[in-house]
Amino acid sequence: MLLLASLLGLWVVIGFLGLIRPTSLRFVAHILFPLGAAVGVAIAAAAALSIGSPTEQWVLGVGLPDLPVHLRRDALASVFLFLLGAASAGISLFGAGYFRRGEGTLPGLLCLQYHLFLASMGAVLLADDAYSFMVAWESMALTSYFLVTTQHRIPEIRQAGFLYLLIAHLGSIAILLSFGVMQGGSWQFTFDAMRAAELPPGWASAAFLLALLGFGAKAGLVPMHVWLPEAHPAAPSPVSALMSGVMLKTAIYGVLRVTFDLLEDPLWWWGLVAMSLGLFSALYGVVFAAAQTDMKRLLAFSSIENVGLLFTGFGLALIFQSAGMSAPAALALIAVLYHAVNHAFMKGLLFIGTGAVLHATGQRNLGRLGGLIHRMPWVAWPTLIGALAIAGLPPLNGFVSEWLLLQAFLSAHEVPRLFLNMLLPLGTAVVALAAALAGYVMVKFFGVVFLGQPREAALKDAHDAGWRERAGMIWLAAGCLLLGLLPNQAISLLARVPVQFGVLDPDATFGSWWLLDPVAGRQASYAPLVFLAIVSLCVVATIFAVTRIYRRRVRRGAPWDCGFARLDPRMQDTAEGFGQPIRHIFEPFFGMRRELPAPTDSAPHYHVEVSDRIWNGVYVPAAALVQRLALTVAVLQQGRISTYLVYSLVTLLVLLGFVL
Amino acid sequence: MSTLPLDMQILNAIAALFLLLAFAMLSQRRVVTLVKLLALQAALLCAATLLLAWRTGETHLYVSALLTLLLKVLFLPWLLNRLIRQLGVYWDNESLLQISGTMLVGVLLVIFSFGLAQPIVALASTATRSGIGIAIAVVLLSFLTMITRRKAMSQVVGFLSMENGLFFGAMSATYGMPMIVELGVALDVLVAMLVLGVFFFQIRERFDSLDLHHLESLREDK
Amino acid sequence: MSGLRWLIQVIEVLVALLAAPLFAGWIAQCRAVLQNRTPPSIWLPYRNLRKLLTKEAVLAEHASPLFRIAPYIVFGTMICAAAIVPSLSTNLPFSNAADAIALVGLLATARVFMALAAMDVGTAFGTLGARREMMVGFLAEPALLIVIFVASLISQSTALPTIADRLATEAFALYPSLAFTAVAFALVLLAENARLPVDNPATHLELTMIHEALLLEYSARHLALMEWSAALKLFNYACIGMALFVPWGAATTEMPTAPALMLAIPILAFKLLVSGAVLAFAETAFAKLRVFRVPELLATAFLLAVLGLLVHLLLQG
Repeated sequence: MLLLASLLGLWVVIGFLGLIRPTSLRFVAHILFPLGAAVGVAIAAAAALSIGSPTEQWVLGVGLPDLPVHLRRDALASVFLFLLGAASAGISLFGAGYFRRGEGTLPGLLCLQYHLFLASMGAVLLADDAYSFMVAWESMALTSYFLVTTQHRIPEIRQAGFLYLLIAHLGSIAILLSFGVMQGGSWQFTFDAMRAAELPPGWASAAFLLALLGFGAKAGLVPMHVWLPEAHPAAPSPVSALMSGVMLKTAIYGVLRVTFDLLEDPLWWWGLVAMSLGLFSALYGVVFAAAQTDMKRLLAFSSIENVGLLFTGFGLALIFQSAGMSAPAALALIAVLYHAVNHAFMKGLLFIGTGAVLHATGQRNLGRLGGLIHRMPWVAWPTLIGALAIAGLPPLNGFVSEWLLLQAFLSAHEVPRLFLNMLLPLGTAVVALAAALAGYVMVKFFGVVFLGQPREAALKDAHDAGWRERAGMIWLAAGCLLLGLLPNQAISLLARVPVQFGVLDPDATFGSWWLLDPVAGRQASYAPLVFLAIVSLCVVATIFAVTRIYRRRVRRGAPWDCGFARLDPRMQDTAEGFGQPIRHIFEPFFGMRRELPAPTDSAPHYHVEVSDRIWNGVYVPAAALVQRLALTVAVLQQGRISTYLVYSLVTLLVLLGFVL
Repeated sequence: MSTLPLDMQILNAIAALFLLLAFAMLSQRRVVTLVKLLALQAALLCAATLLLAWRTGETHLYVSALLTLLLKVLFLPWLLNRLIRQLGVYWDNESLLQISGTMLVGVLLVIFSFGLAQPIVALASTATRSGIGIAIAVVLLSFLTMITRRKAMSQVVGFLSMENGLFFGAMSATYGMPMIVELGVALDVLVAMLVLGVFFFQIRERFDSLDLHHLESLREDK
Repeated sequence: MSGLRWLIQVIEVLVALLAAPLFAGWIAQCRAVLQNRTPPSIWLPYRNLRKLLTKEAVLAEHASPLFRIAPYIVFGTMICAAAIVPSLSTNLPFSNAADAIALVGLLATARVFMALAAMDVGTAFGTLGARREMMVGFLAEPALLIVIFVASLISQSTALPTIADRLATEAFALYPSLAFTAVAFALVLLAENARLPVDNPATHLELTMIHEALLLEYSARHLALMEWSAALKLFNYACIGMALFVPWGAATTEMPTAPALMLAIPILAFKLLVSGAVLAFAETAFAKLRVFRVPELLATAFLLAVLGLLVHLLLQG
């Protein structure tokens, strides 16, 4: 515990060290960022080793007069600290090679913001009372705002940052109110007091809903997701990776902490609300991802989808918990935690891959990329692993969490509540649909960016990534592989969390070290090492047999393309074209505006704009309403001094009348 | 994992097919096929009644099966086909929602009916009680068919299918209705068909089409 | 005893490998007979494969290593899938390593690699085929998962051999939910294996191709592997269907003896003969659908599977 807190403090120190020589890029990038990465590795190792240890608490001397800072490290915090440390190590290493001159902010300042961001995320995970939690949460929001608006001279980026900060603050207010409800009359804001407070079901539901709203706004749950597709593309790629991979997971941590730890006895409909929001977000996110033409927006929507899946698993665990079915609840909870860790690695890898592409080509638009696998193999192959992992293909890690979630859903029909046991299998169908669509989106992403022919002539000058960037990507890709091949080790660590919450039996086993067999009484097992071994064996045997027996050389020629002689790179699918079937099938989701060329146009021009119906239907009217209210209240501001003096006099008279 | 005797399993299979036919009618665009599906549905109803009659030995169920056969499997489809030929309505392509949207609402209605039926299943005493959920589902699905269709003919088919569903429900819950009630309902349906046939001719004369949205022009505020 | 199980496993994979082109040839023969043409030889697929394997491979100039390795990966995954699906026996040791959901994942892997390889060369038809293949895939995969779900609810397991085993050894019972899912599975089979009414496997019109468009740039041994994988995929799907819906005849765990296996082979051949004929009949009876009608067909399959699930929950049967 002391170790972890001091490592977090080390991050703060590294951040401030950046201010010593703020304009020196070499100092920041080549010394401080790798140092930060090393601290990340240390945090990950310390957290992983301490998952099984009993809970530790610590009260610092500082803080409010009657509320000093409480820190607490338990299994849940350790899991998320591992996630933070391991993912940020790879991303920081990448960032060491990534940041260049002319980013818009001084390198030293960037270093400060970055490491304070990391440290505040760690502080959120360790906080044990409402005050320190909110301080850490707000500093996380502020530092990430500054990181998002790194290139603050561009107006769109400033707007994206504003929207991000606005929704982050709305969420913080909801979280604060939730804490206020949870203290249950004792006026003690430590988490221990909240654990002990007995809330009547109405107030507990209010606290849950407020927490869901607040943490959901930070996580990007629909309908509070509108900041994600703006902020992620606006931020520099390592920051997007960190936000998508780690910051969204702190929101998941928050909602798990509040529901399973601070509130007792969940009601059945809490899980239903969470699950419905999660399923809708999953489908919404992936359908929109399939229609994007900007590669970072595509990944942002994919993050919305994965957050939806996390909330689905969370809702399922709540439903099982309220029905008293503890083994399926534990399975669902483990699936959520596993998916959170997986997603940090997968999405982090994909975002830093796009960062490398952006630096090499200067393009974010999918319609101007293509064929980069030849020029940038060191970026392309790890990104392929990340894309396959998110698509949920065995034997990588995305498949394991999907498998666990589906196995949890298989017990859903045993829930004793009336309509629920039939609605839950429908949830399985939606999860399967979202997973299949994720495969579609990843084929589009990887195929349009890296495969095919370059769509612009300038792409021939694209250069591959430097050694630091390669190291960061390989670290994350290796994480994807290991998490996929050794699920039993990971699960035996993650299982400490349900044990801590009292959901799981302490000596439940999940099979042997190479075989995952989580559900007692049902024959369902998965052994990824054996799987990979046999698949590789078949592939290698085939290669051997075919090339040895039929040893022929390979001749290179022009592509066949059914005999069309002139091949133009503009003949291949654009990103929009690849997403057209989804737009066609899921038309009700999209607000589309199209400009088609007329037959008589001398300069034909095609423009399609896919907009978010929720933005147009909910946020724009809400903003208009706020404007109108503000204008009404603005009447009070006359600008004349005599009016303000009248206000002061009236207030004084009222107060005197009150007192006397 | 089923431990029911064979005739109960066949009855369950018939019930499932009944539900499937109601779904098929929801998405069918050709009117002639709609009538064929209706006839098939009535034939299934007749078979189920016969099976139940054989199992319980009640004679009024045999009479009921015979009535169903004569009226709903042979006479009514013949009458409907004659109407179709005379009026010339063969296609009903437009519907209120897209096909996939209709199907989705249909699935939700099925879940609702099944959920509704579960406590009844626990309480009822007949052997065929699980058919109650299917009957309610078929009634609701036929209602949905009536709502989402544009041509009058499809709406009539939906109405008749709803009646089939009600019969199936009565059979599952209480082994059929008293004879008087069955005869009365059968007579009502027959009269309704004849009156509707006359109406169709009138509508077609007035509007030159059996598209029901023309009826909206009969509003007061013009 | 476990040595015998591994032997059976290897024999099953070999049977699948060798019999898959024969199955494809039999279906082609049935189709020709139904369409009043002279049927081709039933050994034609083998001759095709041999011809292709001996040719010189021509690759596009800018094809990447992904393009070269994709046929091997696809072929390898199909062989693994053949190892999980119980065709001769339900006592397969490899099924402990991968259950039915992993099987769906394997098939998805093959599909993703084929689509990526098609996008690699950057031709218009390749990317068109990739887009359509992924569209068919993303609708067929959930339907298949729900079908497996229903089957696993009935037999309390997600391992395919266990499902087949429980269904085969229990007393015969009519499961209406299985009937619904059988229809859904048939539709998914037609869609995923590029059969009419979704895709004509014998078409030469590139604008109507889905699966063939992915193979346009391959030649010689790569094309041979891809065609063999397609035949193997159809064989696997047929065996999955038989395992889920008509599992009687395979050697079950109660009797993994040599006589039972000897009996299982002709029973399997008979089942494949009948299913091939039924498939050919289905292909001849329906016209090819427009591309955007295919999602409607698959949505119907999906809904049927969900309906089967609901009917199972209500009737428990």
